[in-house]
Amino acid sequence: MPNQPPAPTRLARRASDAVNIDPDGPRRRVLVTGLGTFWGGRVAQALEANPAVEVIVGLDTTEPTVELERTEYVRVDANYSILSRIVRATRVDTIIHTFLVMDPTQMSQRAMHEINVIGTMNLFAAASAAASTVRSVIVKSSTVVYGCAPEDPVWFTESTPRSRPAKEPIERSLEAVEGYVRDFAEDNPHVNVALLRFSNVIGAELETPLTRLLQLPVVPSIFGFDPRFQFVHEDDVIKSILFAFDNDLPGVFNVAGDGLLPWSEVAALCGKRTAALPPFATGLLTSPLRQLKLLDLPEEYEGLLKYGRGVDNHRLKNFGFRYEHTSTEAVEAFIRAVRLRKVVGANEPSYRYERDVEQFFRHSPAVRKDRRQA
Amino acid sequence: MEQEGSDSTDSPKSQSPSDRLRELAAASRQIEEAELLNLEVTLEDALGPARAPTGHGELVRLPQEEPRNPDELDERRRSDVNEWGRSEHMREIARRVYDPIYKRWFRVEWEGLEKIPSGGALLVANHAAAIPSDAPVIMHGIETELNRPVYGLADNFFRTIPVVGTLWNRLGGLPAHPDNAYRLLREQDQLVLVFPEGTKGPSKTYNERYQLRRFGRGGFVEIAMRAGVPVVPIAVVGAEESMPTLFRVPSVARALGVPYLPVTANMLVAGPLGLLTYFPAKFKLKVLDPVYFDVPADRDRYSRSRVMDESEAIRDRIQSALYTMLRERRSVWFG
Repeated sequence: MPNQPPAPTRLARRASDAVNIDPDGPRRRVLVTGLGTFWGGRVAQALEANPAVEVIVGLDTTEPTVELERTEYVRVDANYSILSRIVRATRVDTIIHTFLVMDPTQMSQRAMHEINVIGTMNLFAAASAAASTVRSVIVKSSTVVYGCAPEDPVWFTESTPRSRPAKEPIERSLEAVEGYVRDFAEDNPHVNVALLRFSNVIGAELETPLTRLLQLPVVPSIFGFDPRFQFVHEDDVIKSILFAFDNDLPGVFNVAGDGLLPWSEVAALCGKRTAALPPFATGLLTSPLRQLKLLDLPEEYEGLLKYGRGVDNHRLKNFGFRYEHTSTEAVEAFIRAVRLRKVVGANEPSYRYERDVEQFFRHSPAVRKDRRQA
Repeated sequence: MEQEGSDSTDSPKSQSPSDRLRELAAASRQIEEAELLNLEVTLEDALGPARAPTGHGELVRLPQEEPRNPDELDERRRSDVNEWGRSEHMREIARRVYDPIYKRWFRVEWEGLEKIPSGGALLVANHAAAIPSDAPVIMHGIETELNRPVYGLADNFFRTIPVVGTLWNRLGGLPAHPDNAYRLLREQDQLVLVFPEGTKGPSKTYNERYQLRRFGRGGFVEIAMRAGVPVVPIAVVGAEESMPTLFRVPSVARALGVPYLPVTANMLVAGPLGLLTYFPAKFKLKVLDPVYFDVPADRDRYSRSRVMDESEAIRDRIQSALYTMLRERRSVWFG
């Protein structure tokens, strides 16, 4: 290349690169928990496209369900007992903790506790080990931590305390998780910690207790109550995690679409009628229905179907984040996907993960020492 | 930042937003640290002198102070329930139903409506009648006379009652939470109505009528100070006689889990229907001069003594206005 002008390619790249990537800086090494879940998989996919990310290591108990090109998958037990070795071996600088169970209907309380509380505890124990290279942690939490009570404000800000002490297992579990996050942030001031609290997530692909309610022949409601719900589109969730990653956002952030929709209107948007449950002793009716598997209504939704919950999303917006969907648009995206599925059937993920953990330890350039011990 | 000569034209575009972000991130970290220590620091405090107008870069936008109209809805919406749960459609129906009661039954008369400022203001009134009749009168009156919505803050107990709680919300009622009041007043320039006596007002018996109870802990003054809006005191005469409480049954109230259980004169006259029927007492309302507080808004805490003094002063003004109005009142029914 003798005739090439001495144009500094570095410079050219600098000008064209995204604002928040410093190509001269060290490329980032990222650990994603819950790679087999919807969130972990989607986040890892997005990170793969980012040239500033050198290594992506994904942990989960189950195999990833999305196709990944350069993410290394490690099978671990639910509570990450081998985590500190992985952190040490891969020298990750960023942990994206998406493996938190928000849907208590899918597993026993004990299993949820193992994953959420014990898993997070071990994760932070590994990240705060003496020689830890971790400099940034992003945790995906939920606005469930605000609880749901008649005393609640219409909008919770990040610093509003919950009105009543946590009672439901999922709330107590997430509260314990956030406690670990806070302790970790306090003990490790050199680590940037972002705690993202997501509102009711809805979208084309994700299944939650709420989306299941909205696909019933009639949508359950509670007589005399028409609470207002806030939604966030699943794409905005991924976008916000990446935004926090790219910009090293510090602190707690609510992530929720603009606007609150009355539950009756949500049902109407989905083309459904509501069926009222009695406002008093609701549990007496719902628990046999739950036993009969006719209704999959987690206990904390009884409160939600009375009082709803809104969170203030200004803080994240003030940092420059732009939502692509309002609450209404998120619900519409969901119902469009439901309509499509009704016609063409559910697209089962065609992708199957086959390589196993052994291979990771044997061939991965991410591992620098301490070859396979798990 | 201008290290690369040839690319210096590009650098403001690509560098400045990220610099701003880093600055914001640093400021926010400071906030986080303070939050961990249970201190409260606002973004503005933390940014301090670094806060500069944003002229470049689309990435960073600092908090915008423009008042938002909560009634501006997404065009995709199916109902007109706004972000506070108020529905203009429901409000319109309520106005039509309530107007005859307002005009013919209570024959409401206002004095000093012009004193209500055009921006946000916290309306504060005395509270009475077993099932308070003053809140709908004030809300309906201001909405029809001034053509402005009024958001009423009420006890949370209201929200737990099926149908009633939802209706109250659709008609502009909200749970009394300082965050709700702040956002309505500070960010949206709305009128917010509170009754600082709380349930102590309507639960008092007939022989205590027009004797103002304690004004809570002065929280309403603090909210107005933080939101930087004036307090507009309103004296209401008539509500006390519309549903007077003869005595209370605290033991049954406790058993039912309600704040108070009154036996009213209306019940003696009309039986169970008395729960729904007001006596046709003549309503007179007087808007007093707005009280402006000469303190900076958005502070986390205001001097307790100042707050209590202001609260007491407002209470005294409403009390003495009530006495004046009662001195001039010839008849409970005809004013």
